[in-house]
Amino acid sequence: MNQLQNFTKGFIKDNPVFVLLLGMCPTLAVTSTAINGLGMGLATTFVLVMSNIVVSLIKNLIPDKVRIPSFIVIIASFVTIVELTMQAYVPDLFDSLGIFIPLIVVNCIVLGRAEAFASKNNVVSSMIDGLGMGLGFAFALTLLGTVRELFGSGSIFGMKFIPGDAILVFVLSPGAFITLGYLIALLNRLKKA
Amino acid sequence: MAKKESSFINMVLTLFVVTAVAALALGAVYNATKEPIAIAKRLKIEKAIGEVLPEFDKIEEFKTLPEGGKDSLTFYNAFKNGEPVGTAVRTYTDNGFSGRFWIMVGFTDGDVISGTSVLEHKETPGLGDKMKTIWADQFKGKNLTTYKLKVKKDGGDVDAITAATISSRAFCDATQRAYNELKKEEGQ
Repeated sequence: MNQLQNFTKGFIKDNPVFVLLLGMCPTLAVTSTAINGLGMGLATTFVLVMSNIVVSLIKNLIPDKVRIPSFIVIIASFVTIVELTMQAYVPDLFDSLGIFIPLIVVNCIVLGRAEAFASKNNVVSSMIDGLGMGLGFAFALTLLGTVRELFGSGSIFGMKFIPGDAILVFVLSPGAFITLGYLIALLNRLKKA
Repeated sequence: MAKKESSFINMVLTLFVVTAVAALALGAVYNATKEPIAIAKRLKIEKAIGEVLPEFDKIEEFKTLPEGGKDSLTFYNAFKNGEPVGTAVRTYTDNGFSGRFWIMVGFTDGDVISGTSVLEHKETPGLGDKMKTIWADQFKGKNLTTYKLKVKKDGGDVDAITAATISSRAFCDATQRAYNELKKEEGQ
C-alpha cells in the first residue's frame, strides 16, 4: 500500500464512522451542529496523529504485556493537552463540546489505530495513517453535524436561513441515529454503484 | 531493534518512564495555559456583565450565600461616573435537566431585568442552547414586582422553550434566586 492510499483510506474505504462504526459516543453526542462536529473531529485528529507518532517511535521499547496501559497513558496525556489548550484559546468551543473532550481518551479509533497500525509500522506511515483517519473522522462528523443542523435548526455553520424552529428531533439523540443510519445507507449505495 | 522482553523489571521501568514523561509534559502544559485560562474565564464574565447591564465604567464585586443554597451568588454592582447603574448577579439553579447551570442576570432600578446571559450549562445540546437566543429577550425590561417569573404552564408569564420546559423553569428559578438575594441585600 503506498502512502497516498494510506492517507485516503480513512475518508471512504475505512472511514471510522461510516464503515468501521468506531467512536460512536462522540459521533452521536456532539454533532448537533456542524461547528461542534468539526471541532471534535479536529481535536481527535490531533490526538490521533500525535499518539500514532509517539507509539510508533517507542514501539520497540515497550514490552508486549504493558503496551495497552502505556498507549492509554500516552493518549490521555495528549487529550489533556488538547483540553487545556482549548480551554485557554477557544473557550466557546470548549464549552459546547464539554465533557466530550476528555472522552476522546476512550475513543476506540485512537487506541485502535495505535494498536492495529502504529505499533507495527514506521513513523511516517503512522503519522499519515493518523492524519487520514482523523480527517476522515472529522469529515464524517462535520457531514453529520451539517445535516442535523440544517434540518434541526435551519442553519449551516451557525448561519440561519430558516426563521424559527425547524424539525426538533434532528437536534436530539434520536435524530443522530436516524441521520447516521441514512448516511451509512447512502454511502453503501454509492460504493456499490 | 528487537522487542523488549516482558520481564517484571522491564515492565516496571517502562511504565515508570512513560508515566513520568507524561506527568512532566502535562505539568508544563498546565503551567503554560494557566494564565490564558484564567483570562478567558475573566473575559467571559466581563462580557456577560456587559451584555446584561447598560454602559458602566466601574464594577464592585461581592459574594453571598443564599439561604438553603449550595453555592454562592456573585454580585457585580456597576457604576458610571460614580452613579450606580445596576447590578449583575451571577446565579445558578439545580433544577436543570442535567444538573446545575449558571446564568448572569442584570437588574436596573432594583426590580427591572435589564438582560440575561447564559454562562455555562449542560442541558441537552441544541435544545438548551436556545436559552442563549432571542428566547431570553422576553425577560428584558420586565418589572419583577408585577411580572410572574414562572412558565405559563405553571401560571406565570414566561413562554417556555418548546420541548425544553424544564430548562425554562430552571432558568426562571435561577433568575428568581438572584432577585430574592438582591432584595435581601437591599434590605440590609
